[in-house]
Amino acid sequence: MAVIEVQGLVKRFGLKTILKGMDFRADFGEFVGLLGPNGAGKTTFLRILSSLSRPSFGQVRVAGFQLPQQAAGVRANLGVLSHQPLLYGDLTGEENLEFYGRMYAVENMPERINEVLDLVDLTNRRRDLVRTYSRGMAQRLAIARAVIHDPAILLLDEPYTGLDQDASAMLDAVLKQIAAQGRTVVMTSHDLVRTAELCTRFDVLSRGKIIASASRDEVPQDGLLAFYRRAIMAPAGGKEAGNGATLPA
Amino acid sequence: MAQPFRRKHQTSFARAMWAVARKDLSAEWRSREMFSAMLIFSLLVVFIFNFSLDLNPKTQREVTAGMLWVTFTFAGTLGLNRSMAIEKDRSCLDGLLLAPVDRSAIYFGKVIGNLIFMITVEIIVLPLFSIFYNINLFNPGLLAVVALGSVGYVVVGTLLATMTVQTRTRDVLLPILLFPVVLPVVASAVRASTFFLQGQPMDLIWPNINIIIAFDLIYIALAYMVFDFVVEE
Amino acid sequence: METRPAFLNILTWLSAALFAVACYLTLVWAPPEAVMGNVQRVFYFHVATGWVGMIGFLLAVFAGIMYLVKGDMKWDIIGLAGIEVGLVFSFLNIVTGSIWARPIWNTWWTWDPRLVTATIMELVYVAYLMLRQGIEDPERRARFGAIYAILGFVSVPLSFLSIRIWRTIHPVVVGSEDPGAQGTFDMTGDMQVAFFFSLIAFTIIGVTLLWHRIRLGRMQAFVEEKKIGMMG
Repeated sequence: MAVIEVQGLVKRFGLKTILKGMDFRADFGEFVGLLGPNGAGKTTFLRILSSLSRPSFGQVRVAGFQLPQQAAGVRANLGVLSHQPLLYGDLTGEENLEFYGRMYAVENMPERINEVLDLVDLTNRRRDLVRTYSRGMAQRLAIARAVIHDPAILLLDEPYTGLDQDASAMLDAVLKQIAAQGRTVVMTSHDLVRTAELCTRFDVLSRGKIIASASRDEVPQDGLLAFYRRAIMAPAGGKEAGNGATLPA
Repeated sequence: MAQPFRRKHQTSFARAMWAVARKDLSAEWRSREMFSAMLIFSLLVVFIFNFSLDLNPKTQREVTAGMLWVTFTFAGTLGLNRSMAIEKDRSCLDGLLLAPVDRSAIYFGKVIGNLIFMITVEIIVLPLFSIFYNINLFNPGLLAVVALGSVGYVVVGTLLATMTVQTRTRDVLLPILLFPVVLPVVASAVRASTFFLQGQPMDLIWPNINIIIAFDLIYIALAYMVFDFVVEE
Repeated sequence: METRPAFLNILTWLSAALFAVACYLTLVWAPPEAVMGNVQRVFYFHVATGWVGMIGFLLAVFAGIMYLVKGDMKWDIIGLAGIEVGLVFSFLNIVTGSIWARPIWNTWWTWDPRLVTATIMELVYVAYLMLRQGIEDPERRARFGAIYAILGFVSVPLSFLSIRIWRTIHPVVVGSEDPGAQGTFDMTGDMQVAFFFSLIAFTIIGVTLLWHRIRLGRMQAFVEEKKIGMMG
């Protein structure tokens, strides 16, 4: 069952074309790792999937809803986590979750808040201002925020940016737990090790299109870097080899 | 196991609007940053007026309303800028836009929050003004004008602030965009307030109040129509 | 990019010729006004520039609405052209008014509703240009520009009304009579010829300038597109 279906997606910003007829598909329960050089359009793509940005042309269906016409339907089924936590510093962790819970019309709010706080292990800091949280704690609370309405789809845009080792390990654990609950996840990351570990499929986005795609079984253990390099340097993307090889791994 | 896709997919307008307003109020209640900045700024303006205009009791009665509205107009931009900067600085605006709510519910939620801040500041400045200038400002008509004028100011101001935070020049730009547009409200409010303080007959005052009400209604409708365009990409 | 249309070339030369004739008609040919004398001659261009300024702003508001509805960048180019041309002509309108007011009202400036409203409108659209300058993304620039052009324009009549409640001394030449106005006069037949000729001449000049400005905007967009195309 296709949860996300994208056909011929074009996104132009003024005169610049970022996505050039992109096709993409994510099935139920898949954890897709979206790789690609800086400026390839990964963030733009996720912003379109999350209805923050309108497609210029092309078909985009998320959770059975058409974008941009049925954006509210998409949003109700979607959780988004980026390197920005999207939290208010002058509210406590609990108040932030209450606010987002209200925006998503979450039922049984106190229970649900307990649940997600427990999930990200922040129950003991729930009454502290988010301003006083460390980067890692804020990012964990951001996960709780993203799943407060129990969305079927999760979009993760560079969730590891700015996290130290411990915080990243914690985020790993939480993401694995969330993925195991049968959600469909799309994640962009420069961290190939984590991507290889978490994702069930890898897509490479370059010059506005998906240029390679492989499931976890097709890529050997720690062979993701090789797969990625091969995809980026393939003749179609040949011109890009110089500036494209921005591999942090 | 995550649940299947939701079919009922929109949080009600009123609910979302109150959630946004309530969020702003509790954050502000915690920090009081915006409120204290607006209040202290207002008091400083009142003092600067005192030193820059040497007023005798008679002329003072004529310019009091003008001084009040200049104070509110300037102090208001501080609050509006701050209120939108909070949303923009850490991309929280994206967080709001990701929720399954009508975009204009977000706008009206911000308007309600900003209006409450502005009116709170006014409620404190008015009695202080009365004391400093020894003039009774507790006139129901005057208070109604202050409330109606603040509505128009905040309605336009919140819309424009949502635009200016997305520009390079940001805070600097807000008053430049806002003041020429909001002039009818300020001009009419100053006149209506002055007339109330002078105890003029109502048929002299009504035309001014009518303009403020017309402005409020027109801009509420316009903002409702264009807010989607201000936040979409 | 297409070459300049022949009709635009004709309009450009026609504008120059019409302007020369209008100068002759208003400055030499028309009789001096009985009371005000030669200063009254400013009035012909004063009204004509105000009229063209208004056309420019109205066009910009229309283009703004069209842009929000259709999302086509061509409306942004038209809107910007309308505002730039509108700004120049309204400015001329205010300056000529000021020149006339000095001897007639005995002051360069007075807080009359029409003067204040015209100046506020000028400020609204200067603010519009500043807003555009602060935005990099052309699509957002177009969107915000369209919104502000509309918001600003709607407040103009309200500004006028709010100041109007005070007494006005600005003369109303065509139409209603206001006993408080100073400097009113009746146009003789020759004056009317000069007046309407100026009005038509300036309308054609305005349209020609708008057309040039729109073409310039399109060429600018074209060059930008090529530049980005070359970068990758």
